Amino acid sequence: MGERRMTGEAGMTGRIGVTGGCRGVGRSEPRPDGVSKVEGLFSYVGDLSVPGMLHARTLRSPHPRARIRRLDTAAAAALPGVAAVVTAADVPGLATYGLIVSDQPVFAAAETRYAGEPVAAVAAVDAATARRALAAIEVEYEPLPPLVDPERALEPGAELVHPDGNVFRKITLRHGDPAVEGSVVVEDSYVVGMQDQAFLAPEAALVVPAADGGVDLWVATQWLHSDREQIAACLGLPEALVRLELAGIGGAFGGREDVTLQIHGALLALATGSPVRIAYDRVESFLGHPHRHPARMWFRHTATPAGDLVSVQARVVMDGGAYASSSPAVLANAVTHAAGPYRVPHARLDGLVVRTNNPPCGAMRGFGVPQVAFGHEAQMDRLADRLGMDPVALRVRNALVPGDVLPTGQVLGPPLPAREAIEAVAARPLPPRLTDDTPRTARPGGRAAGAPISRIRRGVGYALGYKNLLFSEGMDDSSTARIRLALDDAGQPFATVHSACSEVGQGFVTIAGQIARTELGVERIELLPADTRVGSAGSTSASRQTWMSGGAVRGACVAVVDRLLARVARALGLPAEVVESPRRALVIDEGEIIGAETGTRLALTEALAAGPVEAEYTFHHRRTTALDEHGQGDPHVAFAAAAHRAVVDVDPDLGLVRVVALALAQDCGTVINPLSLRGQVEGGTAQGLGLAVMEELVTVGGVVTNPTLHDYLLPTAADVPALDFVALTYPHPDSPYGAKGVGETPTCTATAAIVAAIRDAVGRDLRRVPVRPVDLVDLADRDDWDDRDEPVDAAPAASADRPDAADRPDVVDRPDVVDRPDVVDRPDVVDRPEVVLREGHR
Amino acid sequence: MSTGGVGPDGAGAGAAGMRAGVGVGVGVDADAVSAGVLSLSYRLNIDGVRRAVADARIEESLLTVLRERLGVTAVKDACEQGRCGSCSVLLDDRLVLACTVLAADAVDARVVTVAGLGAGGPAADIQAAFLEHGAVQCGFCTPGMVVAVTDLLGRRPSADEDEIRDALAGNVCRCTGYGRIIAAVRDVQASRAQAATTTGTVRWANGA
Ligand code: FES
Ligand code: FES
Repeated sequence: MGERRMTGEAGMTGRIGVTGGCRGVGRSEPRPDGVSKVEGLFSYVGDLSVPGMLHARTLRSPHPRARIRRLDTAAAAALPGVAAVVTAADVPGLATYGLIVSDQPVFAAAETRYAGEPVAAVAAVDAATARRALAAIEVEYEPLPPLVDPERALEPGAELVHPDGNVFRKITLRHGDPAVEGSVVVEDSYVVGMQDQAFLAPEAALVVPAADGGVDLWVATQWLHSDREQIAACLGLPEALVRLELAGIGGAFGGREDVTLQIHGALLALATGSPVRIAYDRVESFLGHPHRHPARMWFRHTATPAGDLVSVQARVVMDGGAYASSSPAVLANAVTHAAGPYRVPHARLDGLVVRTNNPPCGAMRGFGVPQVAFGHEAQMDRLADRLGMDPVALRVRNALVPGDVLPTGQVLGPPLPAREAIEAVAARPLPPRLTDDTPRTARPGGRAAGAPISRIRRGVGYALGYKNLLFSEGMDDSSTARIRLALDDAGQPFATVHSACSEVGQGFVTIAGQIARTELGVERIELLPADTRVGSAGSTSASRQTWMSGGAVRGACVAVVDRLLARVARALGLPAEVVESPRRALVIDEGEIIGAETGTRLALTEALAAGPVEAEYTFHHRRTTALDEHGQGDPHVAFAAAAHRAVVDVDPDLGLVRVVALALAQDCGTVINPLSLRGQVEGGTAQGLGLAVMEELVTVGGVVTNPTLHDYLLPTAADVPALDFVALTYPHPDSPYGAKGVGETPTCTATAAIVAAIRDAVGRDLRRVPVRPVDLVDLADRDDWDDRDEPVDAAPAASADRPDAADRPDVVDRPDVVDRPDVVDRPDVVDRPEVVLREGHR
Repeated sequence: MSTGGVGPDGAGAGAAGMRAGVGVGVGVDADAVSAGVLSLSYRLNIDGVRRAVADARIEESLLTVLRERLGVTAVKDACEQGRCGSCSVLLDDRLVLACTVLAADAVDARVVTVAGLGAGGPAADIQAAFLEHGAVQCGFCTPGMVVAVTDLLGRRPSADEDEIRDALAGNVCRCTGYGRIIAAVRDVQASRAQAATTTGTVRWANGA
């Protein structure tokens, strides 16, 4: 962005300038962007504007599958105030993009494959004009029957949703002896609905065309350099001409890992020669980014009568929707974590992620693990029940310990306090029982509660889980940071930190400052905006930035100190071997360079008077390997464990659940910032609560029916109880300071624990999340209720005694679970106004 | 950005200038005219400052006028449906959602945003507590949340935790799980109560 540096301009660098006292790693340092956030001054991407800026909006297919017969933008382009309309025909470079596989069209050209797929975009003088222009675009669709059931999409002879085929990935993991089973057997099927990240700030970007033919973009993404690669390819521009800077981000949770509106905005900026702000409203946000994969899962657990797990079989079918996004990696996580954090000598874990005409699914906090954790933890409770064992005792007995061999064949490295986690939550005090004095607001349903206290049922449930940290399967997702140590105008030392790490709210900006202060011993740290002028930091996902970009910042600081000390050693005329490795003789301490043996005592300010010192460092994690054809390998860098205990009250008359109390014990490694840690585990727990009892993006015939915050329920302050939190802090030997990423693990276990508690309260199986009121009450006539996604038998067609049959998903034919195709053409379903179908021809 | 630079939308002027340049004005909006909708010019009192709004369509919400016409980006927009609370403002001391209020209906009222509550104002201690207790992550809910807490503690200074949770249930936060927000509110209550006790003691001492 060269001459366009924003340094010093209100709202840009000001928002992340780090100032403050000399506090470091391990302290609850406040966020450097906190003051501007509480005052309302922090600029989010949708707040940015430049003079002469145009406003862009997107036209989306209302049909889950349709041929585009005719697309005429002339009338729209001719409207006063409309500056440009772009479609697939206007994409100069690659027609498709994607995180792992480039299979998603920038705009649908001949065929649309999901309801909500972009077809065109318009830039106009204001948003209202742009919206009117969308309505003036004429699109003639020929609706085709969509393929919305993943099992159907797997049938032999199924129509191909996409020329690349209907299977994004299949994994067949075999470990131990498939024939060996224990005498105690539990087997069942489970269903997970589609969850949305629902970050609070809807998507937006500001794109400014540059004089050199390139574009400058201010974006809200989890991974700047991946965005740049995909945008440049589609624009047909060299990457050097596509410059990105991170704008303020209002949450992400996986939903900003994929490119959404960036390319559209850039095409419009280049077409018009004007700056363009492209933005989504809430409905478009729900339709515009990939969601958490819905899953149908079958598990068969066997154990000895004493309670030792002998084998786990699982078949996990995930619905990837129309395009790949990160589906292949999500499936690997689901399959490799399907047995949970337990010692399992024999495992057969099969996974498929399937292409359908449903909305694309990709990354969301937990990345494939919350789905299987819901399944394996339900199975552990059943097994405990069958064995007559306490569910905590069963988990303790089977919990992984370092040195155990995982189903992938990977040997579990230390630390992994899984057993400690479940023991710790079980030891926490339980909340008091309801009494007649319990206020209405603290009962199921809140103020409008129904059942009398005597009818409300309480339940307690547990879940133990673990989640991989960092990218897996041989990926070298490195992170680069640059540090500059210099004197400021007042002659005081200050450090500048430059990393492309995406701050989405998690607090990397805070810990980057803490690390730099700790390593450099200076008080003033300035964090430059994250942008593409520095090397990639990789994605803000997979619980990886504290470890990876924290490691990069630390490494660059260490290099800066080394260089400075060497310079001092040279200036002091110290021997060559000291200049070579100056830490042997010199240290930085409290703003001074001290050499005990050499009698050196030099103020940092003096040492820096000779000029600034700079260093860049790229951090790599240990190498992992891909999975072989049997799902064996050393795929994951590291893991973190967590256990939740949930206590719920259920009103059985109205089917209302109140989560009364949650306890969490989590494996956190060394704690870098206790306050941030708490915020992460509380937020992660709340998202797991959402999946347990309220959050679901409902599709009917491939069309999302509830893409609003009115109909998609998010947990509120009245729904999420205080979290009783225990941090287990065993340092990890490979990470900076021994830290582990903490954001995802609690999301993996909260859902399972809450549903276990509801089962305990009402005595029902509850094989599906989210649990809905209708799942908890006795309805006289269940046929009245739409049963299209009831818990189903997701077992492989063959029973377990025919081992090889599990490999043949194509034999599965379950008419009871398919989406009824007749729904698709019902105009009242497809064209319901709240679905907000932006079809042009009327 | 040779022409000015990217910054918080200050931008009524820029947008208006641009409209004039392209020759489109709200007044000639074809749909609006055919629908019999008039545009209005009026003034709003935002955080104690009179702001002129020219040629706004009558159906524009207070949120739209604040953000898009007046550049008041301290008021956030996460749903435009009255479902998230991110646009919370005080209208004549009443907590409202700016996306559900017509701007033209706010003409004679005092509109107070989070920007008008801090800096020695009634929310300064709330903002400080939010920072201290880690109640801010992405911060997108924060401006609205601070306004809602200001309203709650003004009405019900000693609300218990259930009441606080109930009162804040209209303000969605996707990041924090609310734990640190509740901790911040409790802390503000405690320090305000402490301050009130101290003041009371002083008054009594003076009276004696
Ligand atoms: S934007 Fe007004 S309540 Fe969501
Ligand atoms: S802090 Fe992100 S929504 Fe509340």
